[in-house]
Amino acid sequence: MGRYVTRQVIQAIPLLIGMSFVVFMVLQSVPGGPLALYENKPNLSEADLARLAERYGLNTPVPVRYWNWLSSFVTGDWGFSKSSYRYVVDMVGERLANTALLMGLAFLVSLVIALPIGIIAARKQYSWFDYLTTSFSFVGLSIPIFWSGLLAIIFFGTWLRWLPTTGTHTATLDETFDLWDRVRHVILPTMVLALNSAGQYTRYIRSGMLEVLEQDYIRTARGKGLNERLVFWRHALKNASIPLVTLAAIELPSLFGGAIITEQIFSWPGMGQLFWQAAQRSDYPVLMALIMITAALTIFFNLLADLIYATLDPRIRYK
Amino acid sequence: MMNQAKDDPGSSTVTAPLSNRSDQAEVRRALGVKSSSTDGEINREIRSLWSDAWRRFRRHKAAMIGSLTLFFIILACAIGPAIAPSPDKTGLAEHLEYLPPSFDYLFGTDELGRDELSRILNGGRISILIGFLSVIVSISIGTAVGSLAGYFGGWLDNVLMRLTDFALAFPRLFLLILLVSVYGNQFWIIVLVVGGLSWMSTARLVRGSFLSLKEKEFVEAARAVGVRTRRIMLRHILPNALGPLIVTATLGMAGGIISESSLSFLGLGIQPPAASWGKMLQDSQGATSTAPWLAIFPGLMIFLTVLSINFIGDGLRDALDPRGKL
Repeated sequence: MGRYVTRQVIQAIPLLIGMSFVVFMVLQSVPGGPLALYENKPNLSEADLARLAERYGLNTPVPVRYWNWLSSFVTGDWGFSKSSYRYVVDMVGERLANTALLMGLAFLVSLVIALPIGIIAARKQYSWFDYLTTSFSFVGLSIPIFWSGLLAIIFFGTWLRWLPTTGTHTATLDETFDLWDRVRHVILPTMVLALNSAGQYTRYIRSGMLEVLEQDYIRTARGKGLNERLVFWRHALKNASIPLVTLAAIELPSLFGGAIITEQIFSWPGMGQLFWQAAQRSDYPVLMALIMITAALTIFFNLLADLIYATLDPRIRYK
Repeated sequence: MMNQAKDDPGSSTVTAPLSNRSDQAEVRRALGVKSSSTDGEINREIRSLWSDAWRRFRRHKAAMIGSLTLFFIILACAIGPAIAPSPDKTGLAEHLEYLPPSFDYLFGTDELGRDELSRILNGGRISILIGFLSVIVSISIGTAVGSLAGYFGGWLDNVLMRLTDFALAFPRLFLLILLVSVYGNQFWIIVLVVGGLSWMSTARLVRGSFLSLKEKEFVEAARAVGVRTRRIMLRHILPNALGPLIVTATLGMAGGIISESSLSFLGLGIQPPAASWGKMLQDSQGATSTAPWLAIFPGLMIFLTVLSINFIGDGLRDALDPRGKL
């Protein structure tokens, strides 16, 4: 197991380097180059532009620049944001916590919704409950998140005035930490995200359960006279949870990126919003850092999923 | 799309009979089989595969309702803009203000007094077209990569599958935003970027089908009588891998529409005065309290379209790919 983890980690390194190279090249290919942002400013002369290029090291060849970026990135020097006048490490650090909070809560809520629904739907296949929840899951699957977000704002924010719709806390409470205020702010974005993924989870759990129920060991368990409740809740459920781990591993990191829209709608100061702002301002160091972090998280979660599989299913052995 | 366990790429198996008549004839001639008796038999098989599928699809109520809804949405978007609005309702009306839905303006008007219904029908053309074209892009790339990898195996398979893993590891929406903001937001760039970032699951699926189909007797027979490799791949194997491919393509179109709408919603899609549904939703954000109908109707159209397509995809899976999960 230890060797498996080591090998996976070692294999991840060239993957990440390759990705960073591709993204770096894409950014370099912007028409006008990295200084396109400054090109049409009337108060910047040709000489100023040349000086800026000199200062940011833009006169060196692209591979050299990439190497410079890579070697400072791995030492923790993620660069300086030209649009915010701040260090990228600090900016990302602040946002990471906000995004992780939103994602973690959304993930938990969608599991709390989807687990019982999916299990009961499988238990009573083809019942009215099954049909109802299947329709529900299709709705969750098909509803665009920017639309459910807007509807939530219109309904709960504008009409009912129950919940705040922007930011992580009320602006006047900037200095203090008011838990109730924060909870009220996190509810809408969490619910919108959770509704979206709960639909998918429900389908996944239901079909996973149904598949497990057809297995030989379930027939054996029934055959040796175990009562149906024990077979279902212990033997079947445990095995059906394995594919759920895959889903979680695929979904969690994509939630980090996928939250761009949710964060945008609810002005949630997370990584997705930061990415969008950085893309608008061609803030390359920020873009590079965010893509690398998300990619690293993806790889990490996949590895974690592999390890959880092996724990849940003793038949799985990694060499 | 999530049903592909990651240690089991492209787990689909296909059990459809040989479907290309001319090549069947070719094989039979070479094997010296008397054609008259076999011909009828095989022809009946061909008919029953697709009519079986059609029968299964028709039994799927949600898929039938979805097909009908999608048909009407496409019909409305195709002919609607030509017949529905009187000119003063499409262009700038005399009143530059939000009007709530009424008999004159079924879906209300936007801030320039433009009829929302007409804009939705026009926007639908763009949204649906981008969804459709991007699927063609992603299916083409995915099929090419998957069939080459699956048929030839060896180092080519290795290279292509590493490439697929590599592409999968990118955070998709991030890259989508990045590419569109770098290369511009013209129609074809959006089509290529959306399609070019979603071919990976198709590649895995097609590779899986090719891996199992290339060992089948009918491929061996075709090879034995000297059918060329390209023809074997395109006319003998591919038609048999079509079922799951059609399902993926259908669901991919829903994904394409969502991707385009997301981009437009972030302000990176098609530029005004043209409008896609996502763009109209973005515009509505500033007026959620004064003109909520502007946020409701375009989103409802996206939702209905995507829901219909997902239902159709589910029905097609039941009909064409009975062993596919979820």
